[in-house]
Amino acid sequence: MKKLDYDIVVVGGGPAGLAAALEASVNSNLKILLMERSERLGGILEQCIHNGFGLSYFKEELTGPEYASRFIKEVEKKDNIDIKTGTMVIDINPDKVVIAENVEDGLFQVYAKAVVLAMGCRERTREAITIPGNRVSGVMTAGTAQRYVNINGYLPGKDIIILGSGDIGLIMARRMTLEGCNVKGVLEIMPYSSGLVRNKVQCLDDFDIPLYLNYTVTAIHGKDRVEAVSIAKVDDRLNPISETEITVSCDTLLLSIGLIPENELSKSAGVKLDGVTKGAIVDEKRETNIKGIFACGNVLQVHDLVDNVSAEAKIAGRSAVEYIEEKFDKLDKPIELKPGNNIAYLVPHRIEYKINDEKYIEIYMRVHKPMEHIRLCVLDEKGNILDSYRRDIVVPGSMETIRLKSEFIRNYDFIKVEVQE
Amino acid sequence: MKTDVLIIGGGVVGCAIARNLSQYNLDTSIVEKDNDICMGTSKANSSMIHSGYNINGSTLKGKLCLKADVKRYDRMCNELNVEYKHTGSIFAGFNEEHLKIIKAEVENAKKNGLEGVRILNHEEVMKFEPNINPEVKYALFDPNTGTINPFEYTLALAENAVMNGVKVYLNAEVLNIIVKDKKIESVYTTIGSFQPKIIINSAGLYSDKIAEMVDEIDFYVHPRRGEYYVYDKKWRDFVNHCIYSPPTSVSKGMIIVPTVDGNILCGSNAQEIPDKTDFSTTKEYLDYIYRENIHMMFPGLPRMGDVVTTFAGLRAASNTEDFIIDYAKNTPTMINLVGIQSPGLTSAPAIADMVEEMILNIAEFSGIKMTKKKEWNPIRPVRPNLGKMSNDEKTKIIAENPDYAKIICRCETISKGEILDAIHAPIPAMDVDAIKRRTRSGMGRCQGGFCGPRIIAILHEELGIDPLDITKRGGRSNILLSKSKNLSLFEREGNNEKIRL
Repeated sequence: MKKLDYDIVVVGGGPAGLAAALEASVNSNLKILLMERSERLGGILEQCIHNGFGLSYFKEELTGPEYASRFIKEVEKKDNIDIKTGTMVIDINPDKVVIAENVEDGLFQVYAKAVVLAMGCRERTREAITIPGNRVSGVMTAGTAQRYVNINGYLPGKDIIILGSGDIGLIMARRMTLEGCNVKGVLEIMPYSSGLVRNKVQCLDDFDIPLYLNYTVTAIHGKDRVEAVSIAKVDDRLNPISETEITVSCDTLLLSIGLIPENELSKSAGVKLDGVTKGAIVDEKRETNIKGIFACGNVLQVHDLVDNVSAEAKIAGRSAVEYIEEKFDKLDKPIELKPGNNIAYLVPHRIEYKINDEKYIEIYMRVHKPMEHIRLCVLDEKGNILDSYRRDIVVPGSMETIRLKSEFIRNYDFIKVEVQE
Repeated sequence: MKTDVLIIGGGVVGCAIARNLSQYNLDTSIVEKDNDICMGTSKANSSMIHSGYNINGSTLKGKLCLKADVKRYDRMCNELNVEYKHTGSIFAGFNEEHLKIIKAEVENAKKNGLEGVRILNHEEVMKFEPNINPEVKYALFDPNTGTINPFEYTLALAENAVMNGVKVYLNAEVLNIIVKDKKIESVYTTIGSFQPKIIINSAGLYSDKIAEMVDEIDFYVHPRRGEYYVYDKKWRDFVNHCIYSPPTSVSKGMIIVPTVDGNILCGSNAQEIPDKTDFSTTKEYLDYIYRENIHMMFPGLPRMGDVVTTFAGLRAASNTEDFIIDYAKNTPTMINLVGIQSPGLTSAPAIADMVEEMILNIAEFSGIKMTKKKEWNPIRPVRPNLGKMSNDEKTKIIAENPDYAKIICRCETISKGEILDAIHAPIPAMDVDAIKRRTRSGMGRCQGGFCGPRIIAILHEELGIDPLDITKRGGRSNILLSKSKNLSLFEREGNNEKIRL
């Protein structure tokens, strides 16, 4: 088996991996290897041909492939980045030995000083929520449908029902409509849409596609292919109310019911995961519990905007360099970041290092339930409000960010963030 | 088409019989109505190889199950290169009532000649199954129970038969059988007619319909549906043995099986249904199985989330509840196999021996000669399975063929090479599920979301099938319905009805 040595190995060539590799390359002369399982770089952006990317990162509106190509061009120019596409990483151990395979090298080992995990996420399936009924064709995730339509040039169906109001589902409602399909409606089990507000407006409202909240699919019917689905309203505990059940004909059911970070490799490396985000537990450098293993992008927490993925990946890329060059200056003891009232999670999970030139650390979070006219409050151990940020509305579908000022990064055991009315 | 023996139905029974017959200088053909073999009851079941400790040894199914013992399976699976896991089984008991059953089963096991069957106390059960419900008081342990991948097993039987000259015709549904003067004249199918000298009716759920084509019959098959859960491989070490849950006030007892591939399989209820094509799962029974079996036996297993799939299978139960294996009443050159439900998977090799014997008895009358081939090869060569290879073995095979390093299915790490092998196997995989069953691609946690489009591309490249004609599992289960930019505006006009609630 071939053996290779690199300073930094980046696993995944989507937006997170690209930005991490680029940032590490810009800040050092270290030898970097970027590995991607597809034949091309860009990850999921490759099939996201709609616009709306880059508004915050590039201050202009780009399509997915355009956004990716900005990074790809830069990465390909760098002498200290080697790229291996069509390469599947199959194991990472806690000593940062990475095993991968591809057609050119066969099975090979890479000894890395630092590893950046950027494997992204996958979609939840019909099976993950055990929708009963027949195991017919015509049931697929919205992302799979997006690939068939945008990359392969085929339509998975004509009369479509979408379960789940995740962003990919909303985008595909519009996409299929533009292809001449009839999108009969979008059903969301929760009392609120789980996608971005702008996607609901631009993809559903503008095309007269109804969104029904508190509704779910209770069964899938058909002999070989979907012929109909049963749908029903759900009660407060999300259980279907049988009196409201009706059957609606369709030839396709698309699912946009959540994304799960792909952390199988992280687990083999011994990385500890957060039960809420399903991603690694990290400090502000995006370092996991395993020294020299960093995580960023959707493998760490599912983001709404690729712009945030790029920003987060830059932190991880830069941190990997600092780790190898031993530039870190630790706090006497780490500060835990604790989610309080109506906060589902916080990333990072703790602050480990003294803050240098930056004026703040960005903290990402999501709320459990929608609320209006609230403040996101930063509290010290005793419950004193250190800082607060007004929000007109917070919803689980939109990630919130606050800037934790450097002056608060001092001798606390923990800092809490919570929603106050 | 002329053939000596025509086997109707490519399930485990039909394929086991075909393999036995492939030892003879005979022209043997299997006709299967679906796009692949093993598409009915053989595909969707508990995957257990029963020892028969709890069976009534005087019934036909009891006798055949006991004949197909561990030794037989060890030898056969060795020849066929099929993984057979000797898990042993545990029947868990929580109260005095259960203990009574356990004691009776120990006696029954002795009567059936099985060794090693014994009662475990609480501590022993907990040692055997650390994650079992700790309220368990005692258990019956049987070292002779095992598990197999039923599809791999059926496929291996069929492939070995094909290697030895048997022909398999897919998408060949029998429409009618013409008999004259007690002799078979012709069997009409959807792909043409056959003129066999002997018919073996191993049509499973439809064996009564086939039998009825030649005779008035006094038996029938009624489908009894069972639903199952399959858990993610991350639960691999959570269950060690095949588990029987005890009967409750509402259930007769169910099973939990650690499969050869590392998943956990849990099922199943038993529901009489009228429709032999109804393979749907129901919320009602999935909830019931979770409550009365999974949660009761292993409270750590979740209701959803780590469930990679659920499915339903239909048992082909006869009106007698026993196997019915006999010559057709008025057509002695036809053998009917009816009501092959549990333990049919286990009994298949013994059933095949019995049918072989029955054919020998009618050979002369049928006009066939049963002479054994000089060169019969019982070995079905193993296909490369990279998931089970060491790094050195992988490196070697990739050096010979780099397609083995091109990963198509990420969840199960299945390479293009393995998929090509499945497509070009003795019984070629021609649809997406057929590739899945042979290679496990698409069987993981993303359930084919990622590899689906890539597998369609490979099927298109290798077999020249138009992507629009590629199916999930034959029939009309097409995955793609149109090219993009191709829907006629005219056709779609006015077809814009939304859900209005």
